[in-house]
Amino acid sequence: MIAPDFCKITFAAPAIAQKAEPGQFCMIYMPSDRGFMLPRPLSIFSADRTEGKLSFFYKKVGRGTKYLSQTEPGSYLKLLGPLGNSFPPAESGALMVAGGMGLAPLAFLISSSTVPLTLIHAAKTAEELVSPLAEVPTAEVNIVAVTEDGSEGRRGSALDIACEYLPGTKTLYACGPTAMLQSLAQVCRSRGIQAWLSLEEKMACGIGACRGCSVQTNSGYSRVCHDGPVFSAGEVYPDA
Amino acid sequence: MHEPDLKTQLGKLELHSPVLAASGPLGSSLEYAELIDPGQFGAIIVKGISLEPWPGNPPPRLAETAAGMLNAIGLQNPGLKYFLKHELPRLRGFKTKIIVNIIGRTVEEYAETAAALDQQPGIDAVELNISCPNLNAGGMAFGADLQLTEKTVSAVRQRTSLPLLVKLTPNVTDIVSIARAAEEAGADIVSLINTLGGMAIDIEKKKPVLGNIFGGLSGPAIMPVALKMVWQVSEALNIPVLGMGGITSAADAVQFILAGARAVAVGSGIFHNPDLAGEITSGLKEYMARNNFSTMSELEGLARRGGV
Repeated sequence: MIAPDFCKITFAAPAIAQKAEPGQFCMIYMPSDRGFMLPRPLSIFSADRTEGKLSFFYKKVGRGTKYLSQTEPGSYLKLLGPLGNSFPPAESGALMVAGGMGLAPLAFLISSSTVPLTLIHAAKTAEELVSPLAEVPTAEVNIVAVTEDGSEGRRGSALDIACEYLPGTKTLYACGPTAMLQSLAQVCRSRGIQAWLSLEEKMACGIGACRGCSVQTNSGYSRVCHDGPVFSAGEVYPDA
Repeated sequence: MHEPDLKTQLGKLELHSPVLAASGPLGSSLEYAELIDPGQFGAIIVKGISLEPWPGNPPPRLAETAAGMLNAIGLQNPGLKYFLKHELPRLRGFKTKIIVNIIGRTVEEYAETAAALDQQPGIDAVELNISCPNLNAGGMAFGADLQLTEKTVSAVRQRTSLPLLVKLTPNVTDIVSIARAAEEAGADIVSLINTLGGMAIDIEKKKPVLGNIFGGLSGPAIMPVALKMVWQVSEALNIPVLGMGGITSAADAVQFILAGARAVAVGSGIFHNPDLAGEITSGLKEYMARNNFSTMSELEGLARRGGV
């Protein structure tokens, strides 16, 4: 546990760690004796290729994440991954916008980058603004903390503060609540900024078969697990 | 003792295993073929194909529930033409039988889709999904009505020479009379059950969880319902029953066979455990050996016949 309800879980999974790219996710299979039906998709937070370790950063929100938070070190859980596409490599000066737990995939991107970046990390309150970034190697990152109630860092929404940084920004990477991603997509489209958004949906198969995680795009419904989870702002949320 | 024989005669279909992949969760099964061996299934039932592509329902489409899950995919599928051109050729390489589930919103759509699949090399049977909402009957499911069931099965029967499975919905007052209507109209096999209608509500948002409001419940939660219907229908009909609904272990599969199913299918259980079919196969062999059964027919309906 990193903070109340915020946890990190690390697996010895050398084959996945070797291949994992920032933005990809894994399906974590739940035990069969507790009434679980669906595996849980979690973004990869860090992949240590040398040590063969794979970490996930998550918030305890439901039955599945509660179970994960209670697993003992040394437990055995099945993983499927790495799944989905990945973020394009970040260019120097790129803007990262993380809403709450949306930090997880962006942290992997940041720790894989060697260029200066700006990260806006937003949450409702200081208690929700939990960052395990100190646990991974990072290049030069300018971190801007934002809370809606002003209890830590700047007061405002992720969108408000991101807009201040948009002039001069060519590329934006974002992950967080759908409402935040929708508004960022709209703003970036209108300003001609290339934005890469990592989407979250409930998933069942994780490999593109079942169509359970579909989202509306310019070309109809696309599968978050297989066509994403990273989409260009130009292709998703066509009605936003 | 020699190894138990899992060969299963499902109507005219000769299957090497009684464990099939149910229509739906695996889609075309092409994605899963990269994860698991399609040959472990006695047959794969390809997710519902319609004459024209169907876009599916607005998200969210999934919700986990107590010992089960709700889905409201909305029968999203790429349509008949795409299936024949891009998916079927790849399925032909699989070392298993291919059964294509067909869907429609009018009797004519069902019949035309069935006709187009007839004479296509690589298709071993057709499964008629009569759980679709009928456009001409105000959206009521075909399979919820005796006359519509009879009419749809007859229309499809006339347009296909392939073995015909009819997949029944459990959301009816009398499953046996619907199953009889399907048999009398020309079904070779009945598949049961499809999902049970259900819903979930997000109490923080004060809104239904699913974009479609209602969805279909699957998983272990529905298995006792499915088992009862398989028991009732296999007792009343002369054609074989393909049993499904919440199977997540070999013991579950054995229950269905003992209730009267000729074979079983796994669906959403694959989400929970992609290796499920393989585990059921080995568990089934182990069960048969332990109980001195050498063929599947010795088990079929045994519980209904008073056990041993």
